[in-house]
Amino acid sequence: MIELFLSRYVYLFVLALLAIGLYGVLAKQDLAKKLIGLVIFSTAIYIFFIEGSLQEGGTAPVLDERGTDPALYVDPLPHLLILTAIVVGVGVLGVGLALLVRIYRAHGSLDEYVVAARLAGRVPTDTELENDEVERSPVHGHSTDHPAPDDGSQRHDDDPKGLGDGQGSA
Amino acid sequence: MSQLPILPLLPLLFGAVLAVLLGLWRADAAQIVAIAATSLSLVFGITGLVRVVTDGRLTYEIGGWPPPIGIEYVLDPLSGFMVTIVAFIGLMVSLYPVDVAFDIRPGRGMPVYALALLLLTGLTGVMLSGDLFHLFVMLEIYAISTYGLVSLGGDRGTFAAFRYLLLGTVGSGLYLLGIGFLYFSTGTLNMADMAARLPAISDSPSVLGGLGLIVIGLALKMALFPLHIWLPDAHSFSPPGVAALLAAVQVKAGAYSLVRILFDVFGPTYLGAEGLPVSTALIWFGLAGVVVGSVLAIRQRDIKRMLAYSTVAQLGYIGVGIGLATPLALIGALLHVLNHALMKSALFLVAGGIIQRTHLKAIPRFAGLGKRMPLTMFGFAIAALSMVGIPPLAGFWSKFYLVWGAVDVSNWTVAIVIGASSLLTLVYFLRLFEQIFVREPEEALVAEATEPSGSVVATVWILAAAIVLVGAFTAVIVGAVIEPIAVRMLG
Repeated sequence: MIELFLSRYVYLFVLALLAIGLYGVLAKQDLAKKLIGLVIFSTAIYIFFIEGSLQEGGTAPVLDERGTDPALYVDPLPHLLILTAIVVGVGVLGVGLALLVRIYRAHGSLDEYVVAARLAGRVPTDTELENDEVERSPVHGHSTDHPAPDDGSQRHDDDPKGLGDGQGSA
Repeated sequence: MSQLPILPLLPLLFGAVLAVLLGLWRADAAQIVAIAATSLSLVFGITGLVRVVTDGRLTYEIGGWPPPIGIEYVLDPLSGFMVTIVAFIGLMVSLYPVDVAFDIRPGRGMPVYALALLLLTGLTGVMLSGDLFHLFVMLEIYAISTYGLVSLGGDRGTFAAFRYLLLGTVGSGLYLLGIGFLYFSTGTLNMADMAARLPAISDSPSVLGGLGLIVIGLALKMALFPLHIWLPDAHSFSPPGVAALLAAVQVKAGAYSLVRILFDVFGPTYLGAEGLPVSTALIWFGLAGVVVGSVLAIRQRDIKRMLAYSTVAQLGYIGVGIGLATPLALIGALLHVLNHALMKSALFLVAGGIIQRTHLKAIPRFAGLGKRMPLTMFGFAIAALSMVGIPPLAGFWSKFYLVWGAVDVSNWTVAIVIGASSLLTLVYFLRLFEQIFVREPEEALVAEATEPSGSVVATVWILAAAIVLVGAFTAVIVGAVIEPIAVRMLG
């Protein structure tokens, strides 16, 4: 039992990281924390691949005097796959952060409920704000640096280009 | 070895680069690049399809590395069929006027067409890839372009794009995890090679775990109920042209991957009663999606939101067809991939035409539009009747094959739900028909509206003609292309 645990414990970490990441994506109210959850989730997958490729006593697959026995070498393909997956993940993260910047400029908040309420054209209710994790004072949006349209009633839907928001705050 | 399998992809990929560069010089040059690239891809797609229908399967080894070490591109009737649909819908959206399609008049260097071409590149890559990991990379390429395109839809679009990014990445993450399970069980990533090795280890729990993860990940990508929650926002807040691309071809990439992996890689060994209940799950979730999507579509006021929920319902049909896993039902599912692509893109492009002239999206305010834009609304009528399933239009035939497939295996629930859901579809389109064709213009915006610009009418009419033609020649399409695919996979 203990041997099985010792040889497989990394997978428990992977499972825990997957669960933490998924919890972050689904349950966190702060959009930035959701993105962090996503990064944790992807990282768990990377670790899973790397762990799976390891070989007890194996080394880098460089042909040397050790011979051609595959048991002596670590499987290089998962490393290659994960290198690609990391690059893809960085791309997704970049797009996600860019979207966050636009959401923050338009609403002055990264709180999911606040943003959703403002988009639906209503003031967020107290229950929605109660378990609010995001530091945001004043409550609605931009501080003083530019006059944001502060009533949630007529939001940017009429902006035909979809780009007019946020230009003042840049 | 033939170059044909990779040829449909190359014009789109190089077109995306060229569209960026030429877009820096002149804003309207990018659209011409997009039209040329998609036409070229369409030509290669049709050529390839004609070749493989008679010659069978063509493969191309990237970089000259033979499979299973290297990445292989495979053109067989299924991928040729899908690639042709993607290129055709891409061409229609490229012909559509840019300010309506993307809700923006792009300045110099604003790469909307480059993103659209990259989206099509990813889709084509998914459909041609013969390698499971390469398919993941292509999934992400089209997904990243989608996030950018959805965010063109203003503040709501940006928020919808962010939510879609979270769920979409979780979906491809699950797919990647499933690939990991399979790789460590078989030691290969090539689809054909894996298909040869999988039957021997069909009782391995890690293979079954990988299958489950892949199915869930791809179901998220194809927005199968109950994993559809990202779809209504992303499709209704994105600009009309983008919505047409997403509903017509983007979600179909998930459906295609599911068909390819379930039937070509895993094969019948895994779909029997012994393995995971994947088929049963697909049937029941598909049916639930059909009912829920249709009922929610009836409740919507916004035309694009109604079409988005209708997409959820139509994807349910495809899920049911895949789940039934009989040749007849698979014919129905694949035919519905084609029909839904034509119908839903036509409907979104009509909605774009309405928005172009009146800026209206609320269905109750459409009264009398039929009298003001008879040409566009004629195309709308054909697409909508086909959605309801009026013979001999295209939409009838895919439902016909699905019901036939269900009756054939005595699955009466499926047959009844599909039949009844046509009535639900009729309900939500009847509201539109009443507003558009029966009532007199009420609003000043409608009364002053004119026919949308020529390219809008032209694309809508081309798609409507395609719906009529596909309906008329269903027997030819099924007999020549789809039936051999279904029989090869499941016969």
